Amino acid sequence: MIYIVTHYWSELVQGIGYTLLSSVIALVFSTIIGTMFAIFEVLPNKAMRVIGRVYIEIFRNIPLLVIAMFFYVIIPLYVAKIDGFTAGTIGLTIYTSSFIAETVRAGIQSVDPGQMEGARANGMTYWQAMSKIVLPQAFKIIIPPLGNQFINLVKNSSVLAFVAGFDLMYQANSIASLSLDTINSYMVVGVFYLVITLPLSYYMRHLEKRLAN
Amino acid sequence: MQNFIQAYSWVNIRFLLEGLWVTVEVSVVSIIASFIIGSILGVLRYVKIKYLSAVIGFVVDMVRNLPLILIIFFTYFGLPHLGFKPGILFATILAMTIFESAMLAEIVRSGILAVDYGQMEGARANGMTYVQALWHIIFPQAIKKTIPTIVSQFISLIKDTSLATIIVLPELLNHAQIIYGQNTAYIIPMFVMIALMYFVICYALSVLSRILDKKLA
Amino acid sequence: MKKLKRITSALGILSLLVIVLTACGSRKSLSQQDVLQNDRANNTITWGVKADTKLFGLMDVKDNQVKGFDVDIAKAVTKRVLGKNGHAKFVQVTSQTRIPLLKNGNIDAIIATMTITPEREKQVDFSQSYFDAGQSLLVKEGSSIKSVKDLNKPGTKVLGVTGANSVANIKKFAPKARVLELSDYAQAMTALKSGQGAALTTDNGILYGMATQNPGYQVVGGAFTKEPYGIAINKGQGDFKAEVNKALKEIEADGTYNRILKKWFGNVPGFDYKEAAR
Repeated sequence: MIYIVTHYWSELVQGIGYTLLSSVIALVFSTIIGTMFAIFEVLPNKAMRVIGRVYIEIFRNIPLLVIAMFFYVIIPLYVAKIDGFTAGTIGLTIYTSSFIAETVRAGIQSVDPGQMEGARANGMTYWQAMSKIVLPQAFKIIIPPLGNQFINLVKNSSVLAFVAGFDLMYQANSIASLSLDTINSYMVVGVFYLVITLPLSYYMRHLEKRLAN
Repeated sequence: MQNFIQAYSWVNIRFLLEGLWVTVEVSVVSIIASFIIGSILGVLRYVKIKYLSAVIGFVVDMVRNLPLILIIFFTYFGLPHLGFKPGILFATILAMTIFESAMLAEIVRSGILAVDYGQMEGARANGMTYVQALWHIIFPQAIKKTIPTIVSQFISLIKDTSLATIIVLPELLNHAQIIYGQNTAYIIPMFVMIALMYFVICYALSVLSRILDKKLA
Repeated sequence: MKKLKRITSALGILSLLVIVLTACGSRKSLSQQDVLQNDRANNTITWGVKADTKLFGLMDVKDNQVKGFDVDIAKAVTKRVLGKNGHAKFVQVTSQTRIPLLKNGNIDAIIATMTITPEREKQVDFSQSYFDAGQSLLVKEGSSIKSVKDLNKPGTKVLGVTGANSVANIKKFAPKARVLELSDYAQAMTALKSGQGAALTTDNGILYGMATQNPGYQVVGGAFTKEPYGIAINKGQGDFKAEVNKALKEIEADGTYNRILKKWFGNVPGFDYKEAAR
């Protein structure tokens, strides 16, 4: 095991870099997109609500791997030349955004509707009330679930391995077949994943407890 | 359009359905097994038996924080080192069950925590033992409370079976890849078809969970 | 203080687990039983074959059977080793999964477009070579890439398959190119079509198969390496290896080999099967 770490150190570091980069990019954009569709879902306009619902249901119910491969294989054929890392990260973003949308919607709906009415009564427009009063409160509630989504993103970014996205899992496959020491290679990579995800996961649990009290 | 008609020949559709069957098989067995094991682990983690609960807690956390693909590799490539040689179907089911049990253990534990502690005291006051109260009063309510979360976890499980294509499990995605690998004109029709198949199953399950949730509430 | 205690105990358990897992990982594989004896008792040889590689091992969607040169050779060898009624069982492998599966004993032998290399010979034994391939390139017709030298530029992306020897080779022949490893040849071909790489590299036999399946793509650059294919067998299975080698010699001598070669490569443009005949 030590041999794998020392001998393939640069591949492993590169892998971690791509895994984290992809996860961070996907977290930022899926939060933005997810929030957008969550707002769609609570709008008074019925057409917008339907659009929000359809988007969420479609991407929640199709495997991430299928979405990522779709972007890797089909988008370059007809739309734009994107590489595996980009395709995988886009897939990751869209897939995760549907889960975040659900979380944010629940957050918005848990804010007392009286607050929206009060803000409107005080002369705020719908959008002002939404962005200044409702969303900040909703986000406070959803910080722990968002943190858990980030952990999921780190784990799920392993689909980049299927589209040559240079992430940790891709490097793992490569190292496993170069060193011909399959189990130890995957064990090393497993420890690398845990080093990222375990502390995050404990921190989130701690945060959840603190917010609950 | 021509491509779609040719791609959806009976031979190809039948091949996809064979893949779908494997996906369903793996999913159903893993769902049942992980529900049972996950519930037991969740309860054991909650009741706080010295050392045992701590060890279970730690192992559950480890498994939950690893990518599922790694666990698939471990069961398929790793178990033979321990003297046990699973076939590909069994290795996949085992990996899914290990991963989902850990996920469910956490859900069940939080469900139990959410049930009012007064109920436990009430049941004990009425002469039930701790285990009886846990089994008859607390556990059913915990499950009821967490049904939507549990079902969405099962939906994830169904979707995640596609990852086993990396060890050449002949499931839905793998069969689609074989078809479009032999004729790249079929790429789009295949993606459309398997996306539809996954969607129908997963969406149906989520609708079912909503109905169930409403009925029980 | 309590927190510290919890963290140290967590670290303690973690390190314990790592030690246990390493101990398991480094233990010798269980496949120390005699494969030949087992196979004779069950009247079955379990072969690892490709299912995504035209001409060598390709899944037939119509009947769910893997078909190709490797598969036919495996069947012929099985009949010679176990007798007329010997049964050949096939397990689908990829370049990535084949060696772990063999070492773990899930399969008895690999016959899956596998080049005999010194690195692999440290891990597994090989039979005599049963096919002489050479590495080449598949590109879109009209591509500016004519040989492996054209790939040796920064920014050029070359597609390959994880675990394939061709990926290791291209790093020597075109060190400046970036290699993208896909999980199997179907994925690699799809990626080539999507423009994810300038060329797909692997052995010419496989590439000719892809070219016949995908009009508009051609094999270029000639064979710039020698890739003799062998049947991989676990170390310590001398009897089984001897039987396989004997069987290979027999099918070469009695014309079975050439018949199978002609069946698969007789009509492949660019491939001179007579030259490969034995």
